[in-house]
Amino acid sequence: MGDKTDVWQGTLALMVLKTIEALGPLHGYGIARRIEQTSGNLLSLNYGTLYPALLKLEQEGSISSEWGVSENNRRAKFYKLTRAGRKQLEKETRNWEQTTAILARFLAPSGDPA
Amino acid sequence: MKLLRAWFSRLSGMWPDERREREFADEIEGHLQMHIDDNLRSGMTPEHARREALLKLGGIESTKEAYRERSTVPFLDHLLQDVRFAIRQLRKSLGFTCIAVFMLALGICASVAIFAFVDAALIKPLPYRNSTGLVGVFETVPMFPRSNLSYPDYIDWKKLNKVFSSLDAYQRTGFMLNTATGAQPARGARVSDGFFRTLGVTPLLGRDFYAGEDLPAAPRTVLLSYAAWQQRYGGKPDVLGRTVTLDGAPNTIIGVLPREFHFAPAEPAEFWTPIHAAGSCDLRRSCHGLYGVARLKDGVSVQTALANMKSIAKQLEQQYPDSNRDQGAAVAPLTEVIVGDIRPILLVLLTGAGLLLLIASVNVASLLLVRSEGRRREIAVRSALGASPARLISQFVTEGLVLVAAGSALGLTLASWTMQLLAMLIPEDILARMSFLHGLGLNVRVLSFAGAVSLLAAVLFSFTPTLRLSLPEMREGLAEGSRGSAGNTWRRLGSELVVLELATAMVLLVGAGLLGKSLYRVLHVQIGFQPDHLVTMQIAAPRSTYAKDEQAIALERQVVSRIASLPGVKSVGITSDLPVGGNGDTMWFRVLGRPWHGEHNEVPERNVSSGYFITLGAKLLRGRYFNEAEDTSKPHVAIVNEALAGQYFPGEDPLGKQLSYLSVPPVPIEIVGIVENIKEGPLDIPTPPVLYIPFNQNTGTYLGLVVRASQAGQSLLPALAATIHKIDPGIATRDGVTMSDRINDSPSAYIHRSSAWLVGGFAFLALLLSIVGLYGVVAYSVSQRTREIGVRMALGAERGSVCRLILKEAGWLTSAGVAIGLGCSVAVANLMRGLLFGVGTWDMPTLAAVAIVLGISALLASYIPARRAASVNPVEALRIE
Repeated sequence: MGDKTDVWQGTLALMVLKTIEALGPLHGYGIARRIEQTSGNLLSLNYGTLYPALLKLEQEGSISSEWGVSENNRRAKFYKLTRAGRKQLEKETRNWEQTTAILARFLAPSGDPA
Repeated sequence: MKLLRAWFSRLSGMWPDERREREFADEIEGHLQMHIDDNLRSGMTPEHARREALLKLGGIESTKEAYRERSTVPFLDHLLQDVRFAIRQLRKSLGFTCIAVFMLALGICASVAIFAFVDAALIKPLPYRNSTGLVGVFETVPMFPRSNLSYPDYIDWKKLNKVFSSLDAYQRTGFMLNTATGAQPARGARVSDGFFRTLGVTPLLGRDFYAGEDLPAAPRTVLLSYAAWQQRYGGKPDVLGRTVTLDGAPNTIIGVLPREFHFAPAEPAEFWTPIHAAGSCDLRRSCHGLYGVARLKDGVSVQTALANMKSIAKQLEQQYPDSNRDQGAAVAPLTEVIVGDIRPILLVLLTGAGLLLLIASVNVASLLLVRSEGRRREIAVRSALGASPARLISQFVTEGLVLVAAGSALGLTLASWTMQLLAMLIPEDILARMSFLHGLGLNVRVLSFAGAVSLLAAVLFSFTPTLRLSLPEMREGLAEGSRGSAGNTWRRLGSELVVLELATAMVLLVGAGLLGKSLYRVLHVQIGFQPDHLVTMQIAAPRSTYAKDEQAIALERQVVSRIASLPGVKSVGITSDLPVGGNGDTMWFRVLGRPWHGEHNEVPERNVSSGYFITLGAKLLRGRYFNEAEDTSKPHVAIVNEALAGQYFPGEDPLGKQLSYLSVPPVPIEIVGIVENIKEGPLDIPTPPVLYIPFNQNTGTYLGLVVRASQAGQSLLPALAATIHKIDPGIATRDGVTMSDRINDSPSAYIHRSSAWLVGGFAFLALLLSIVGLYGVVAYSVSQRTREIGVRMALGAERGSVCRLILKEAGWLTSAGVAIGLGCSVAVANLMRGLLFGVGTWDMPTLAAVAIVLGISALLASYIPARRAASVNPVEALRIE
C-alpha cells in the first residue's frame, strides 16, 4: 500500500482522455477503475476528484456527455471524446512524450562523455 | 479559446441550477451503485461493500462541493451570495433601508443637480477655439466699470494695440423681421467682420463674413443661429442665398452657425449681421454701443493687455478731450465676462448641496452604526459557526454597496429630473441670456462627479459597520447582556456625528436666513412708484416711417389716446426705457452758469410723455410735471430725480436752474420739477441721478408703454397689442407683462429669489435630517441606559429628574452644535457677502432666530425619547437582563 503514488496534477486529464479514446464512451466509475487497472494498481485515485476533472474537460469542450445504461443496468452518464478532445489528446501526448524523453535523458546513467 | 469557453460555461453556471445539482447527485448515485455491485461480486458483505465504495469516492458531500466549485466561479459566487443575502437583510428591515436609501438619494440628487449647473456654467469649456486666450474689452467710465466702446474708439483701439492678435466688436440688437404674418421683433447681434474668426468658430453651413464685409459699402449679409435655422427655415440647406428683410432692408443669408455655438453676452441672437457703421451713433465718438472681444497674442497676459489698452485710452483722451474725457479701458478674461456674475451664486449653491449631502451621509452612517450594534449577536453567532472575519467584512461591505447603489441610482434619476425642473423655473428671458446652460444634463463630467460621490459614500458606509467588527468583541457578543465599553464608544462617536450634523444644519439655516432677508430687502426696496395695477409693454416702430420728430410725436399721441380710451384703462404713459431695467442710455450734461472744464457729468436720461409720472404713481416733490404741448418749438425743460438734485445742487434749489448737453453753443434746459427716486435700474443697485426730458422734445422710435388699469392688468395685454397693431401693423410689440411680474422676474430679484429658495430648501432638509439624527442618538442612548434608568428609579429618582437627565444630554449636543455652527456660519456668511443685500454677515436677528429654531426642534426631537425614559418601569427594566 505504501508505494502507491498519488495522481499528479494535470496528468489526470490526459489519463481520462486516453482512457476514453481507448475504450469509447464510458461512465465516470468505469474511467476511474480503468485508470487504476492500467496503472497496475500503482496509482491511488480518489474517485471523487475525477468528477471535477471531467466537468473541466466538458467545459473546455474536449468531451461530451450523455445519459445511458451501464452493462449491469445502472443509469450512468457516459463521456465520449469530441473532435477537439481528440486533437487535445494528440497534442498532450506529444508534449508528455517529449517531457519524459527529456527527463529520461537526465536520469539515464551517464555514458561516455562523447 | 478553450479557456474562454470554460469561463463562459462557468459564468453561466453562476445561476443556481437545481437540475444540474440533481443530475450530479444521480451520477454519483450511479457511480456508487456500480462500485457496490462490483464489490459484492468480489465477495464483500453489503455493508462493507458500501463503506468501501464511499471511502474510495472520498465522501459524497465533499465531491459535490468540489464539483460545484468547478462548475461556478467561487469568488463571484460568494459575491452573488453576499448580494442576495444583503438584499434579504435590507428587505427584512425595510424601514431602515427606505430611510437610508432615501436620505442618500436626496443628498446625491441635490449635489449632482447643482453640480450639473456648475459644470455647464463654470467647468465646460466655452465653445470657442482655445477659449483661455479670449478676453472681453471695455471702456470704463465712473458710472460703469465695464461700459461700451464707441465705434471710432474701437477702430483706434484695433489699430493701435500691440497685445491682441485680433480685436472685434459686437452689439446685442433687435431687428424688425418681415414675415408672412407681418412685422415681428427678432433678436440679433451686429458684429465686426472678424468676430467669428477671433472666437475660432466656423459656420456649420455656408461661409463666415469676409474681411471688410462690415464696411458700409459692402452688400448686406446675415448669418443665422442654428436655432433660427431650425425654427424659421425648417433646417433646410437651401437657406443659403435666400433673402431676409431686417429693419426694412434685404439681407442675404450666407451661413448657419454651429449648433453648439453660443455667445451669452449677445444672446439670444437669431440673426448675426456685420456692423455697417453708419447712422449718427456709429460715427460719433461719444456714442457708446459696442463691446469688444479679443484674442491675446501668445505670451501676453491680461495685465499686459490692460496696461496697453489703458495707455491707448489715455492717448485718445488727450487727442479727443470732448468725447473721451474719463474714458478708461478694461480687459477681462472672456469666461469672467460670460459667467462672472453667476459664479458666486453657483458656488454658494454647490456648497449648500454639499453640506446637505454631508448631513445625509452622516445620518446614514449613524443609522448603520445603530444597526450593526443591534446585530452583534448575529455576527458573533456567524463567526462562531466558522465565518472568517474577511467573509464577515465582505458581507458588510456588500450591504453598504447595495445601499449606495440603490441610493445612487435613485439619486441620479431624481437629479436628472431636478436639473430639468430647475432650468424650467428660470424665466425664459434670463435663460436665453445664460446660453451656456443649454448643454445641461447628465454628461461624462456630471456622471463622474456622481460616481466619485457614490464611491466616497460606498467607502464610508462599507467601513462604518466594520469598525464594530474587532475580534475580541465578536466573542463578547455571545455573552448574555454584555454592555461593555463598546456601547459607550459608539455613543460618543454617534454624539460627535450629531454635533457635526447640527452645526452643518445651522450653517445652512443661517445662509438661507440671510439670503431670504436679502430677497425681502430687494423686493421691498424703495422703487418710487406704485407697481400694482400697472401693465408694461415694449413697442418698436420702424425707423423708416417714424424717424422724424413729428412722425414719432404723432405716433406717441395716437398710442396714448387710443389706449387711454380702452375700457379699464385709467392712464397711459410712455418712456424711452421702462423702470427696473438698466441704468444705461446715459447722457452728459453741464450746469449753465457754473464754471465748466469739459468734465462729463454722466447720468441716465429718460424721455417720457406728459402722463408718465402720473401713470406710474411717482411722487412729485417740487415743481410741476411736463405738459403735452412742450415740444421742440417751446423752451427745453427737464425734471430731475432726488438723487440728481442732491448730488449736483446740494443746499441749492434746483428749480429754475439751467442745464445743457455738451453742445456748442449750449442749449439751455430748465429744471421744472423734482421727483422722488424711481428705480430705473436693477433693484439691488442704488438709484443714480436721473434726468427726465419730455418725449416730445427728444423723440425716439422705441416706446416703453406703461398703463394703469382699474383692475388686475393681465387681462389688458391682448387688447394693448391689438390696439397698437391697428395703428400700424408694421409696429412690433414685445414682452407685455404686469409691472409686478417685471419686478419679480427682473434679474436682480430672480437671482436673490432663486438662491434664497434653493438654499432655503437645502436648509429645511438639513434641519429635518439633523433632527432625525439627534432623535436617533438620544433614542439609542435611552435604550442602552434602560437598566441604569431602572436602577436610578429603583433608588428613588423621580420621573421628572430622569426626563431631565435625557434632555440634558440632548441639550449638550444641541448647544455644542449651535455653538460650532455659529462660528462656521459667520465664516460662510463672509464668503457669500457678495450675494447679500441690505443684510450684514453678522446679522443678530437671523443668527438668534436660527439658533432658536434649531434649539426648539432639537428639544422636540429629544422630548419623545426622554418621555419614554421617564416611563420606564424599574421592575421590568431590571428584569430584562
